[in-house]
Amino acid sequence: MLGEGILKGLAETARNFFGSYFSAERLTTVEYPEQRIAPFEAARVFPFLVYDGTDWQAGLRCVSCQICEKECPPKCIYIEKSKDKKPDALGKPQFYPARFDIDISVCMSCQICVEVCPFEAIKMNTEFELSTNDRFGGLLLDREQLAKSNQYYHEIHATEAAEVDARLAAEKARVAAKATSIAAARAGEGA
Amino acid sequence: MNPSQGDSSIIAQRPEGLPPRTPIEPQSEGELLEIAMGPHHPSTHGVFRMDVTLDGERVVRLKPVFGYLHRNHEKIAESVSYLASMPYTDRLDYLCPLTNNWAYALAVEKLIGQEVPERAEYLRVILGELTRFQNHASSIGFLIQEMGASGTPLMYAFRAREKILDLFEELTGARMMVNYMRFGGCRVDASSAWLDRTRKVVANLPMFVDEFERLLCSNEILMARTQGVGVLRPELAINAGVTGPMLRASGVNYDVRKVDGYGIYNRFNFRVPLGDHWDVYDRFMVRLLEMKESLKILEVALKEIPGGPVMDSKAKIRGLRPKPGEAYGRIESPKGELGFYLISDGGPNPYRYRVRPPSLINLTILEDMCLGHDVADVVLIFGSVDIILGEVDR
Repeated sequence: MLGEGILKGLAETARNFFGSYFSAERLTTVEYPEQRIAPFEAARVFPFLVYDGTDWQAGLRCVSCQICEKECPPKCIYIEKSKDKKPDALGKPQFYPARFDIDISVCMSCQICVEVCPFEAIKMNTEFELSTNDRFGGLLLDREQLAKSNQYYHEIHATEAAEVDARLAAEKARVAAKATSIAAARAGEGA
Repeated sequence: MNPSQGDSSIIAQRPEGLPPRTPIEPQSEGELLEIAMGPHHPSTHGVFRMDVTLDGERVVRLKPVFGYLHRNHEKIAESVSYLASMPYTDRLDYLCPLTNNWAYALAVEKLIGQEVPERAEYLRVILGELTRFQNHASSIGFLIQEMGASGTPLMYAFRAREKILDLFEELTGARMMVNYMRFGGCRVDASSAWLDRTRKVVANLPMFVDEFERLLCSNEILMARTQGVGVLRPELAINAGVTGPMLRASGVNYDVRKVDGYGIYNRFNFRVPLGDHWDVYDRFMVRLLEMKESLKILEVALKEIPGGPVMDSKAKIRGLRPKPGEAYGRIESPKGELGFYLISDGGPNPYRYRVRPPSLINLTILEDMCLGHDVADVVLIFGSVDIILGEVDR
């Protein structure tokens, strides 16, 4: 019969329409500004710099090695290396970024900077409401705006941050063990 | 083509057809009308122009004009490292970034002779087939939308796609710009919780396909608009290099998954849907059947996925300097054969980087399919090609 197929299709839409009153599965959207869906743990938007402790200038993990600057595909990272050195988390004197800017109007959230960083210093943020009136200065983040505490990192990527902390603690223990063994050897030589 | 594939194909069936439409008689008196459909026509999925010459309602000439979304993809890739091109490939066919990643990773792996661990191969198949499913679902949705059913089937397709995109985001961190695959595996491992959720989503997808089938397949308006429209003869399709569902809807049994058996596809048992009327309806049906076959592969892959690493421990990601040579990696992306051709001169970036985009090559025969049809059918035929402008213009 002509029109049978259309009626069959309409039955399907009717089932969906009435079904949406009973099954939450059929509703996938939320009313955004009022209701929010929590971001996934792996979610990524733009990078930020991690610092240990409470003082961002003292605790910044970045040693200004500039690998991320070189590897960044759209070249949105600008780093100026410091002239002097200051002790890092392991107590070794290291350079630090005198200037670290990320132009998030250029950044394409690919996470390659995070992957190549050997110091676990740069991670991905999940904050996405970043609109601003100033499209040039407002979207060029300097190191003060980029610096976020390790605690914040734990809040947004709990599992990943715990793994990173374990890795860093192991590294620190290894360095400390090496230092004590060297010190012991030196003490033995002296005696 | 391998003749042994004959038994693994299925022919797309169609319900009792309607009487053929009487073609509009050409109006010989009067002038030809040239109109530019696009670049901002709502049916063109982006910025694409068709210069159509009309005799009354009938198309006598059609010239596709590409290039509005040209972003210099190949030249950029030649000036950055091998790793840095990976996120750019996401932006080619932005509906299916994971298959683009896969094709590029495959090409580089061939170039440097890199092995991929078993688990990563399974993950790639799972993600590739999920990508195929969501691409076909939304492309059918868009096709019906262009026919005038504004919204309903497209929204149903997007509801299913949303669940798949959530899986992508959970695993890779992004819904579309995933940047997930690496030379020698995948970037992060899938947790068992993710695999369980994927099994659950995949178990619900057949319901969606059945719903789609009941909603659309026997719809008289759809049949009247699509059957006998935009016929693409197999000879022309082969000569023009058309691949993917387009070619299979023209009755040619050619699927790179079967022919090449890249990755681990030769372990899976699936059929290749073929069309025997070569028209828009066949392209629609072939996509629908391919979704079902994808689900079959997914079920098996999710059951069989082994443990182990997802990244070859010897794989080098940063500072790749392949030996001088060339490699061509190709996969069956949802739109057709997607290939990456790389030439290395031993430097840190490719000497030549070339993409074989299925969308562009499938689009070249648009005029041959549209000639003699009404201007309203042009929109439909164009929709049935299933292109993404990001891949056409690169």
